[in-house]
Amino acid sequence: MSDTAATLHAGDVHAPDNQRFYVPGDHHPQNGTLLGFWLYLMSDCLIFACLFAVHAVVGRSYAAGPSGADLFDLPLVAINTSMLLLSSITYGMAMIAMQKKQVRQVLVWLAITGLFGAAFIGLELYEFAHLIHEGAVPQRSAFLSSFFTLVGTHGLHVTFGLIWLVTLMVQVSRHGLITENRRRLMCLSMFWHFLDVVWIGVFTFVYLMGVLP
Amino acid sequence: MSAHQDNHDHHGHDDHHEDDGPHSTVKGYAIGFVLSVILTVIPFYLVMAKVFDSSSTTALVILGFAAVQIVVHMVYFLHMNTKVEGGWSMLALIFTLVLVVITLAGSLWVMYHLNHNMMPMIHDMKNMP
Repeated sequence: MSDTAATLHAGDVHAPDNQRFYVPGDHHPQNGTLLGFWLYLMSDCLIFACLFAVHAVVGRSYAAGPSGADLFDLPLVAINTSMLLLSSITYGMAMIAMQKKQVRQVLVWLAITGLFGAAFIGLELYEFAHLIHEGAVPQRSAFLSSFFTLVGTHGLHVTFGLIWLVTLMVQVSRHGLITENRRRLMCLSMFWHFLDVVWIGVFTFVYLMGVLP
Repeated sequence: MSAHQDNHDHHGHDDHHEDDGPHSTVKGYAIGFVLSVILTVIPFYLVMAKVFDSSSTTALVILGFAAVQIVVHMVYFLHMNTKVEGGWSMLALIFTLVLVVITLAGSLWVMYHLNHNMMPMIHDMKNMP
C-alpha cells in the first residue's frame, strides 16, 4: 500500500537523478519481525489444532484403562492454571516497565514470570510422574497417548519459553534495553501470552471435559 | 548523498519508535486479568460442583467460557485489533481460525462416521470365527 506510493515517488522521471531508483521511505512492512513472529505463532496454533483434533477423536478411547475422571486432580489443574495466568500478568508488568525503560524493574518482573513458569512446569512434571507411577503411561490407551502428546507439547513450549526468558534476562542485564532486546522481549511476550491462550483450550477441553461423565 | 544519510537516520529513528509496539497499560492488563480469573473460576466451579446434570450442557457452557476467555486474552494481553501491522496480523489470525475450524470439524466429522461404520454389526458377529 505505502509501497506503491513510495515507488511512484522514487521511480518518477521528474525525480532528481540521485533519487530516481532510491526509495527513501519504508518499503518494507514496519515491525516485520513482529508480524513474522505472529505468523510463526499462527502455524504453531495449527500444530495444537491437530493435537486437539486427535484428542477430540480418541479422548474417550480408554481401552478399559483409567479415564479422565479417574486420573485428573482438578484442584492441581486449577493451581497450574493460576500459575500460568499469573505469569502472564507479570510478563505484562515487565512490558510496561520496558516501555518506561526501567531495566531493573524489567529484570525483576521477568524473574517473577520465570518463577511462575517454573512452578507450572514443576507441577506438570509432578502430575506426569504421578500418572506414570499409577500405570497411566502413554502406551496404556489412545486417550493417554493423545493426552501426553497434547499436554506434553504445551509443556515443552513453556520449557523453551523459560530458556528464552533466562537468555533474555542475561541479554538485558548485559546490554540494557537496546532496540534488539526490546524486539526480543516483545516476541517473547507474544509467545508467552499465546501459550496461555493454548492452555485455556487444554484445561477446558482436556481436563474439565475429560472428567465429565 | 547527505540527503540520503539524513533520510536513513530519520528512518532509523522512526524504527526505534515503531519498535515500541502496541502500548501496554496497567489498566489494560488488570482488566484482562480480572476477566480471565472470572472466566476461569466459573468453568472450574461448574465442573467441580457438578452444577448441571447433563454432561453435554456443562461441556457447551465451559466451551463458551473458553471461547470468551480466548478473546479476552487476544484483546487485553496480545493487543489484537484490526490496526496492528496494518491489519495483516488480524488477517493471519482469521486465516488460521478458518484452518483450525476445518481441521477440528473435519476430523470429528470424518472420524465419527468412520467409527460408526466400523462398528461390528450383528450379522458381522455371526460370521466371525
